[in-house]
Amino acid sequence: MLDQLLPILVLAVVVIGFAVVMLTLTFLAGPKRKPTPAKQMPYECGVPGQDQGSTRFSVKFYLTAILFILFDIEVIFLYPWALVYSDLLKFGPFILIEILAFMFILTFGLFYVWKAHALDWD
Amino acid sequence: MGSNLIDVLVNTIKIAAIFVGIVSTVPLLVWVERRGSAFMQNRLGPNRVGPLGLLQLAADAIKFIFKEEFIPTYSEKVLYFMAPGLTLLPAALTFAAVPLSTPLTIFEHTYKMQIADINIGLIYIFAVASLGVYGILAAGYSSGNKYSMLGALRASSQMISYEIAMGISVVGVLMLYQTFSLNQMMTEQLGHLHFLWLGKNVDVTWLPNWGIFFQPLAFILFTTSAFAETNRLPFDLPEGEAELVGGFHTEYGGFKFNMFFMGEYGHMITASAIITMLFFGGYTLPWISPDQVSQFWTVQGQSLVGILHLPLNEVASLLTMLTHLVSFMVKTGFWIFFFIWVRWTLPRFRYDQLMDLGWKTLLPWSLVNLLATTIIMYFSRMS
Repeated sequence: MLDQLLPILVLAVVVIGFAVVMLTLTFLAGPKRKPTPAKQMPYECGVPGQDQGSTRFSVKFYLTAILFILFDIEVIFLYPWALVYSDLLKFGPFILIEILAFMFILTFGLFYVWKAHALDWD
Repeated sequence: MGSNLIDVLVNTIKIAAIFVGIVSTVPLLVWVERRGSAFMQNRLGPNRVGPLGLLQLAADAIKFIFKEEFIPTYSEKVLYFMAPGLTLLPAALTFAAVPLSTPLTIFEHTYKMQIADINIGLIYIFAVASLGVYGILAAGYSSGNKYSMLGALRASSQMISYEIAMGISVVGVLMLYQTFSLNQMMTEQLGHLHFLWLGKNVDVTWLPNWGIFFQPLAFILFTTSAFAETNRLPFDLPEGEAELVGGFHTEYGGFKFNMFFMGEYGHMITASAIITMLFFGGYTLPWISPDQVSQFWTVQGQSLVGILHLPLNEVASLLTMLTHLVSFMVKTGFWIFFFIWVRWTLPRFRYDQLMDLGWKTLLPWSLVNLLATTIIMYFSRMS
């Protein structure tokens, strides 16, 4: 297993090295001017900036993240099942009934979330 | 990596070559995108620097290096500098599991045209690709700008939303191939279209045995989700210029900005490679297996070898590898072009429409695809 992953580690080192070298190069090659307060302000369209970036944002983003975790775990459970499905078919319809029950729960969850207006963006 | 020094050396060179390949493909794609968009919109595009404007890429890269560095007042300094690297890293790492061509055999040593032959290749790619969210989130959070923050939130939200539909659409494909290994998936797609139906073998000789003919709905769902995952138009809400200036990279300039760009294109290349491997047979030629190609070159190579006194097996292996590499690049290149084509054809979505498409359209349809595949496979495997 380590033998399979070692090249990836080497690639990661190469990429990080590339990033560090390029950032250092821009740091060295770029013009050095004394920064002015106006230049360092967060970008704003034409008017002086006021807030410090700590913008409040919609709770919908949290909700989406929570729903993602729930559904993504269900997706992960489907993966090992998908590999063995057609092998286990020779033992009869049990594996089919099992997955239908699982998918019923998954679909019911989606239906519930939908009807609870958790997926609405207004 | 290998046991002796030569193997380690060859593998390191291979890794460096593939990385340089990705890095130098990105400016080329930028050129294709700019020229292509100009062509589609009846403009000229970059045509001043070098022949056909090809040197524009070099000019851009040099300009990026000579830009002034600045640090916004309210930024989180460490994260601000780490974010471009965090975006580039997953984009480059995903490509490690992509098999580019058949293995090359030189003097009894076999070198795989792939950085790492992982037996769970598909899961590895999904796992690493979804780490791309962290770079974007770090960029938006650390910039200390409300546009960056909103862009990062939108990006992460849409990426995780479409990941579910993408994940479920792939399950149907996995059921078909019964493997996570990308190399094995390609061997499953060899030859002409054939399948088992109600215990009988069905042959369709005029079609290749590609995944798209078994899972057309999964293909549509997967491709649509891939557009959202790579933040490409029509789903590029995170950087919607009209609303968010530049999105999560508003406060970035110079080479740091370029690294975000490279990350986006890297994800696009990998997405195209996955579409090719899952649905279009990867590097294999339609109808023809790598063994047949190898045989063909062994026969054809004999005349060449006779004149130049080259070892026959090595020449045949090299020619086979090159044939499949070209096949892979043509197929992947088409899907990369498709990404660019769509970008300059469709307008941008509204954010609520985007989320509705992900949760209320793609997710239910991917469940329908899964259910249909389950039931059809149940009946087709019954004898």
